[in-house]
Amino acid sequence: MKWDWGAVADFMPHFWDGLLVTLQALALGSLISFALGLVWALLMRTPTRWVRWPVGVVTEFIRNTPLLVQLFFLFYVLPEWNITFSALTTGVFAIGLHYSTYTMQVYRAGIEAVPVGQWEAATALNLPLRRTWTAVILPQAIRRVVPALGNYVISMLKDTPLLMAITVLEMLGQARLFSQEHFQFTEPLTVIGVAFILISYPASLLLRALERRLVR
Amino acid sequence: MTSGLWELVLKGVWVTVQLLFLSALLATGVSFVVGIARTHRLWIVRFLAGFYTEVFRGTSALIMIFWVFFVLPPAFGWQLVPLWAGTLALGLTYGAYGAEIVRGALGAVDPAQREGGVALNFTPWQRMRKILLPQAVPEMIPPFSNLLIELLKGTALVSVMGMGDLTFSASLVRLALQESAEIFTYVLLIYFVIAFLLTRGMRRLERDLKAGLGQGPTRPSRFSLKRDTAGLSASTTTGTAGVGAGVGGDS
Repeated sequence: MKWDWGAVADFMPHFWDGLLVTLQALALGSLISFALGLVWALLMRTPTRWVRWPVGVVTEFIRNTPLLVQLFFLFYVLPEWNITFSALTTGVFAIGLHYSTYTMQVYRAGIEAVPVGQWEAATALNLPLRRTWTAVILPQAIRRVVPALGNYVISMLKDTPLLMAITVLEMLGQARLFSQEHFQFTEPLTVIGVAFILISYPASLLLRALERRLVR
Repeated sequence: MTSGLWELVLKGVWVTVQLLFLSALLATGVSFVVGIARTHRLWIVRFLAGFYTEVFRGTSALIMIFWVFFVLPPAFGWQLVPLWAGTLALGLTYGAYGAEIVRGALGAVDPAQREGGVALNFTPWQRMRKILLPQAVPEMIPPFSNLLIELLKGTALVSVMGMGDLTFSASLVRLALQESAEIFTYVLLIYFVIAFLLTRGMRRLERDLKAGLGQGPTRPSRFSLKRDTAGLSASTTTGTAGVGAGVGGDS
């Protein structure tokens, strides 16, 4: 096994470009998944089953099918319906949508963990439904779920390489491009593998610390 | 779609199922070996097992697949058949997640059970095999079931390497038909059906294992009343943490 530091040095400029795209996709994907997940979770609490049932089926379907196929679906099928986005936008949306079905469960657990007394107090104070949610329930629910949401951000980070399959040049895409041009596979792939560990391991330690602080 | 194209899709399903079965087998083996190693009394064994878990959970499964396909052959001079390369990459990655499940379930067994084993002069291995594992395994089934679904979704990644699984066959059919919506809808539905069957199977397995322990619904409720309330309060306090600690989320 021979290791060429020269190749690593040549790859580094591409690596930083890729890292930037990865972090961009991660940040936007997280935002979409946080927002959409909350929407799903709230819809699942509506009183009519005509809303709950379709939302349940759709999210269950998205959660149980591969992100890669969903990426292909959005990337190839949307243009057929004359909706065109850039590859990165499509990818961000697919990741956000996929993970929203996970964050939805997190929010659900968080909302259910708010003590019943809080609901009763809101009723006793005659708070309107909107204010009950925004001022009483959600602030307490979201505080509890921050660590769990953070865990999904880390999972999302580890799924961003899939965007390579729809031509986005994030870290793995850059590594593959570089490998094909220079016929050096070992160095770029190892560099990004190590980069992923260097990002996700400290992030998970940070989350563990955060979890201790936020969830009592 | 013509019958020839359907045949292609069915071949893809078969490859996906094979890959799922083999990598699930490898991942289960890795989970138990590494998970049990993390409870070993020598710190070096615990450290190595922990190191393995963090490395394989820290990187992306797709990068592992690239690594196994492109870096292993020149580095060690052997080339793997694609099916085995995919199995190796997926099994090792998801095994690392599974190891955390095994460790968690072993840690959740009442300490008095272990102490009882010590008092009865069981060897560490006997304690593990006869006392800890039989109680821990049923608790592992729900998280393992989630992990199995994640693994099923992970098998789609090998199509990037040109392995003829279900996702790859979808890309071929797409090229043949020059039309994407239909085939991708079918493929998503097929994945969903497989996932549904797996979930059902795992639920059944859990019920059988719990019944074997005398837990489960077969037991008269007046005996399990106390434990049920205890379990309920525990699940509400750890509710939010439990969700993320499931499968893909934890890291």
